[in-house]
Amino acid sequence: MSEFLRQYLLVAVFGGLAFGLVAALIGAASLFRPSRPSTGKVENYESGVDPVGSSWSQSQIRYYIFALLFVMFDVEAVFIFPWAARLEAFGFFGLVEMMIFIFILALGLAYAWRKGVLRWA
Amino acid sequence: MDPYLLDGVDFGDVVLSVAKAILAFVICLVATMFMVWFERKVVSRLQNRIGPNTSGPFGILQTLMDGIKLFFKEDNIPKEADPFVFRLAPYLSLIPAFLTFTLIPLGGDFNNGNDGAVTVFGRETFLQVADPPVGILFFLAMSSLGIYGIMLAGWASGSKYPLLGSVRASAQAISYEAALGLSLAAVVLVTGGLSMNSIVMQQAGEGFGGIIPNFNIIVTGFIPFAVFLIAGTAELNRPPFDLVEAEQELVGGFHTEYSGIRFALFFLAEFMNTVTMAAIIVTLFFGGPAGPAFLGSTLGWLTGMFWFLLKLLVFLFAFVWFRASLPRFRYDQLMSLGWKLLIPLSLGWLLVLAGIRVARNGDLGIADSAFGDTLIVIGVAFAILLIGMYVLRSAMTNARRDRLIAAGFNPREVN
Amino acid sequence: MANLLLLGQQTGNSWDLPANIAFYVIAVIAIGSALRMVTTNNVVHSALYLLLVLSSVAAVYILLGAEFVAATQVLVYIGAILVLLIFGVMLTRARIGIDDDLNYEQRWIGLGVSSLLFVVIAYSLWDFYGSDTRLVGYEPQRTREVADSIFSTYIVPFEAISVLLLAALIGAVVVARRD
Repeated sequence: MSEFLRQYLLVAVFGGLAFGLVAALIGAASLFRPSRPSTGKVENYESGVDPVGSSWSQSQIRYYIFALLFVMFDVEAVFIFPWAARLEAFGFFGLVEMMIFIFILALGLAYAWRKGVLRWA
Repeated sequence: MDPYLLDGVDFGDVVLSVAKAILAFVICLVATMFMVWFERKVVSRLQNRIGPNTSGPFGILQTLMDGIKLFFKEDNIPKEADPFVFRLAPYLSLIPAFLTFTLIPLGGDFNNGNDGAVTVFGRETFLQVADPPVGILFFLAMSSLGIYGIMLAGWASGSKYPLLGSVRASAQAISYEAALGLSLAAVVLVTGGLSMNSIVMQQAGEGFGGIIPNFNIIVTGFIPFAVFLIAGTAELNRPPFDLVEAEQELVGGFHTEYSGIRFALFFLAEFMNTVTMAAIIVTLFFGGPAGPAFLGSTLGWLTGMFWFLLKLLVFLFAFVWFRASLPRFRYDQLMSLGWKLLIPLSLGWLLVLAGIRVARNGDLGIADSAFGDTLIVIGVAFAILLIGMYVLRSAMTNARRDRLIAAGFNPREVN
Repeated sequence: MANLLLLGQQTGNSWDLPANIAFYVIAVIAIGSALRMVTTNNVVHSALYLLLVLSSVAAVYILLGAEFVAATQVLVYIGAILVLLIFGVMLTRARIGIDDDLNYEQRWIGLGVSSLLFVVIAYSLWDFYGSDTRLVGYEPQRTREVADSIFSTYIVPFEAISVLLLAALIGAVVVARRD
């Protein structure tokens, strides 16, 4: 196993420890805690009054737009990181490349802004 | 790459790995429990109350007592809930919180060009569970995984307010995660690498004039730090960005239906994320375990731990201070701040920094000297900033006028 | 034939046993959750299984030493696209949860298409690598190398991506606007 993988093995072990802690806490608690179910307890909590209507609500399209904008900027960030780490080697040419890239994506943001979808009315 | 992993592995290395993992795990848990107490205590003092003071000296055992209480409480799963996902959600929110902590350099001596390696049992190792070469990306990946705990908890509860809270929370988290990532690019730019160890090492040297430290907050010109701090606070759903659990609107947010130990785990994850975020800020912008170079390292590797914990405490205090003094944002203000200010600002600043760096290396070749090029870049950036501000201002004035007219105002009265 | 089932043959005849075990565990998780993803009747469970599939793929990338790609996989696919998917589902269905008519009627065609795809990919991999099953994890790829190839060889696709993303955004904005 390479030294590279050993490092991630440690991360995995750490994650395993975290999983174990959560499982142990929940498991141990189930041995000690009381369990007296009643119909009232399993109702949804709506500030003490009886639940009204269905608990499912349709979300609005603006959440979707924000998620899509996020995909754009996330992809952008993923490209910016290696670029930033190597800018010294790329020099002026690299700077121009990234400026074009950012400019095109900024156009998208400007378009969304102009069309008012960034406004949470 | 951690030096002790480089050659073959023997039994001692395994012991060392396990010891490191357990140590970091315990530090993480203790720091989190401390933070719960610290927050309650400091907020109380800021609000002229006393706060927890019965369990242990200064009420320091309060967190433990709360934990024990919740441990013995009945666990309730609502009948509308999806039982499997309902049980799964606490895991999904706590495990990424723990995993981020593996990246944090907790100590070590970074002075005089040392790389922070510590000799334990004759082996050199970093005081850091793992130092993946893509450190910063790993941090961002974990914080994007953390969204799922909240999202699925809200959905699985099968209840109105948790669902609304979780949709809000995930939209908020993704909005600010974009700003978070883009502000970090400036740090990568000045470091030339993504691993946490290299970022700390780069900041450890002597800075300007030998007294001002070489920390990234100064080297990257403060703005990435400001963006990161704001976006980080929003990502943590902490006040003033705690719309997710705005109790006046959403009962308790995504964990309304959770009770007993499962609720305690969400609570723990939230505070663990706060501690980790403070530690990340310290590492990326304030040199982590590297102290001011001219003070040297009198305590050896303990110096690093001392500086790290000191800086961590400052930021934990800052988070509590925010909570005590800032009113909560409205949701539209929150989204505007993220998309209309933080993202354009961090992108523009990144390009300016990159321009200055390229010019300083003499790759631009516009003026006669690298210094002249740098001045030109700064001048152009300033001009673009002014023009941009003017365009933005007039666009916003126009948009506002259009809206007022559309709302039935008299065009002549609208200026 | 046995060679094909063991990955990571180095210059000698040593097998990287832990990496092999890890690979097969991950592969089983990935395939199992992919199957559950398309058979479950619950949209959110399906999304969760997709999360598991994508994470397993990220883990395989790490085994291959491509940690930049692994981080990108988590960041973009799990952190952004899957969230987008879930928002999309929440948007189109008032009630998300168990759904008896969720199973696609044309699943047999889907099965045919995916089998065909599997055969094509398997054949091209076989054709390219043959019985060479070495893991490349022994020389992990550095982010710098990734950067060098993006910003020199693949510069045109890189710039094209921005246009593609822009088009997607404009499309969504046009659809989302009420007027």
